Amino acid sequence: MEGSVGYDNDLNLKATELRLGLPGTEPVSIVRRNKRSLQQVADDDCGVNGCKSDDQNETAPPPPKAQIVGWPPIRSYRKNNIQTKKNESEGGGIYVKVSMDGAPYLRKIDLKVYSGYPELLQAIENMFKFTIGEYSEREGYKGSDYAPTYEDKDGDWMLVGDVPWGMFITSCKRLRIMKGSEARGLGRGV
Amino acid sequence: MNMNYFPDEVVEHVFDFITSHKDRNSVSLVCKSWYKIERYSRQRVFIGNCYSITPQRLIARFPGLKSLTLKGKPHFADFNLVPHDWGGFVYPWIKALAKSRIGLEELRLKRMVVSDDSLELLSKSFPNFKSLVLVSCEGFTTDGVAAIAANCRFLRELDLQENEVEDHRGHWLSCFPESCTSLVSLNFACLKGEINLASLERLVARSPNLKSLRLNRVVPLDTLQKLLMRAPQLVDLGIGSYVDDPSSEVFSKLKAVIQLCNSIRSLSGFLEVAPCCMSAIYPICENLTFLNLSYAPGLQGNDLTKLVQHCRKLQRLWILDCIGDKGLGVVASTCKELQELRVFPSDPFDAENAAVTEEGLVLISAGCPKLNSLLYFCHQMTNAALITVAKNCTNFIRFRLCILDPVKADPVTNQPLDEGFGAIVRSNKSLKRLSLSGLLTDQVFLYIGMYAKKLEMLSIAFAGDSNKGMLYVLNGCKKLRKLEIRDCPFGDVALLQDMGKYETMRSLWMSSCEVTLGACKTLAKKMPSLNVEIINESEKLESEQLEFSFDDRLLVDKMYLYRTLVGDRKDAPEYVWLL
Repeated sequence: MEGSVGYDNDLNLKATELRLGLPGTEPVSIVRRNKRSLQQVADDDCGVNGCKSDDQNETAPPPPKAQIVGWPPIRSYRKNNIQTKKNESEGGGIYVKVSMDGAPYLRKIDLKVYSGYPELLQAIENMFKFTIGEYSEREGYKGSDYAPTYEDKDGDWMLVGDVPWGMFITSCKRLRIMKGSEARGLGRGV
Repeated sequence: MNMNYFPDEVVEHVFDFITSHKDRNSVSLVCKSWYKIERYSRQRVFIGNCYSITPQRLIARFPGLKSLTLKGKPHFADFNLVPHDWGGFVYPWIKALAKSRIGLEELRLKRMVVSDDSLELLSKSFPNFKSLVLVSCEGFTTDGVAAIAANCRFLRELDLQENEVEDHRGHWLSCFPESCTSLVSLNFACLKGEINLASLERLVARSPNLKSLRLNRVVPLDTLQKLLMRAPQLVDLGIGSYVDDPSSEVFSKLKAVIQLCNSIRSLSGFLEVAPCCMSAIYPICENLTFLNLSYAPGLQGNDLTKLVQHCRKLQRLWILDCIGDKGLGVVASTCKELQELRVFPSDPFDAENAAVTEEGLVLISAGCPKLNSLLYFCHQMTNAALITVAKNCTNFIRFRLCILDPVKADPVTNQPLDEGFGAIVRSNKSLKRLSLSGLLTDQVFLYIGMYAKKLEMLSIAFAGDSNKGMLYVLNGCKKLRKLEIRDCPFGDVALLQDMGKYETMRSLWMSSCEVTLGACKTLAKKMPSLNVEIINESEKLESEQLEFSFDDRLLVDKMYLYRTLVGDRKDAPEYVWLL
């Protein structure tokens, strides 16, 4: 497949591109716009590691795929139910308590059921019927009175979303949805 | 002889035999007289998009309405692409129907938001209410379900499929009064919480007409055994928990009672399962026409294969990909009556262990001549395989292929999959629904536009090179009703070339494409019969609004447009812009 029709591999048009959408969806556009370069990256990796033929097992593992919202196209209900069962049969669920300021009782969720932050946050939004703001590294969660936080292994309260997902699920002891001025304070000036 | 010389009652009697929605719609368009007769005699109405009409207009046109089917959110809402609170609320419909004199008996909802209040109002407003079917809905708790159980005195069907239900662990099941003996179908597999098992046994015992029973995962094997004793006439069974010691007395009893259940044609569930207990099921496998093991990840490939070997009359199979290509080979050689196959991924994010590949699909296509409906999640596909499938199978009505890596080429030739899908559409002239995946260029759309003349629904992701792709489809697929596109380089030129086309369709979804705000505005302005909605979740926009002042060059992230008779909806949340 030659050519990169419609793909801006050379010009950084992305910098001037005007979009309406979550910053967090950027990985999606990267995958789409550079889908051929995604292929190339896979081939290059192979080249760098001296991959000669299909039989050799010394090739590097394929590059980690970007987390794509809504892919593969499986109903959330089905995704949640399969993951849960699988983890039960593997004998490990990472159950943590989730509290929300102002709610009368806590809930418990299994972090292993989710594949990343978007799904986890969506699930918490659905569970407590509210909207978390939008995440940015600089300013935390903007646009809502709530901020999702977690207690890590050191006993510190951290903002959800700062560390890679894998690190998060192994260090998270419990979750707390903070509300109001406390939440805004955490987002700013850290 | 001219039908107009017949009295209305005779014409109406003739119309009684016309049951399909399409046919009844056609009949109503013939002349004023037929329109009138048809509308008074119509009992079942299907509304594919709840925003295309208002409940008031529905009620005015069909005073004899007994059964209503409504669909709410766009299909991609299933995959988390539509935010919470987008819409699709059923409450206004129930409220309007309750106020009217409609004697509603059946309500079927898909992808709608259903509150407990709606369910309670529903349960109290229609004395003859018989049937509630909720598929992929959300917004209610077991309290709402309890209201239905308690108040619908002649309830025949309560069917909850894949809904997100908040379980209050109340005693909804115990709310069925002792006088309720009319149940024919009860499906609560999607509920997560505990239920009163004794209440369940009593309910089943007093429901002689019960034909379909689907249990949730908290119902243990010994209760299952007792239920089957009470209801050996079941036709459709969904097993909850299927775990026991095969040497136990309870298990022996179960084996015995299953032998008596020779009406079971449809089997599903096994939400918790001990593979060593599966042998008890073999006696009923002979007669099964539908087997759904897609929620049974406790069964390994071997277990599935052993089970399937007994199912020679199977017509529909839903299974997890751990069955493997070899297992699909066993299906191909056993299930000669197979019409529908769905293979779901047991681990959607695991790229390492390829459970099914193109090989399994080829085996199925060779062994199952009656195959007409496919949903296949796999790790890879080749053009050669698809071309072989197209040679073997020419009866496909639904063909949905999902290669888990969204832009994966043919691994053997490194080519896009255009030729493979092209072969599929060329040889399957009755194809109504198609979902594409893998590496695809504009070429595949050329083929689709050329050959897929009966296509009604098309789902596209990460495909195509230019506007031409989308145009091939819009121009060629005359019967197209639903088009949903994500992450494709299709933009304004394609969107605006034939605006009238969208009036012949139910809806169009485009997300992460190259459509600008200006183009959407143009479309909305020129086509008053369409609602053009922009879903804009960006919080940034509030500050950027000042900078860009709704710059028409802004690329829109999510656009959903649909034809409607009633203009803009009034219940859209803030982040949905109605142009």
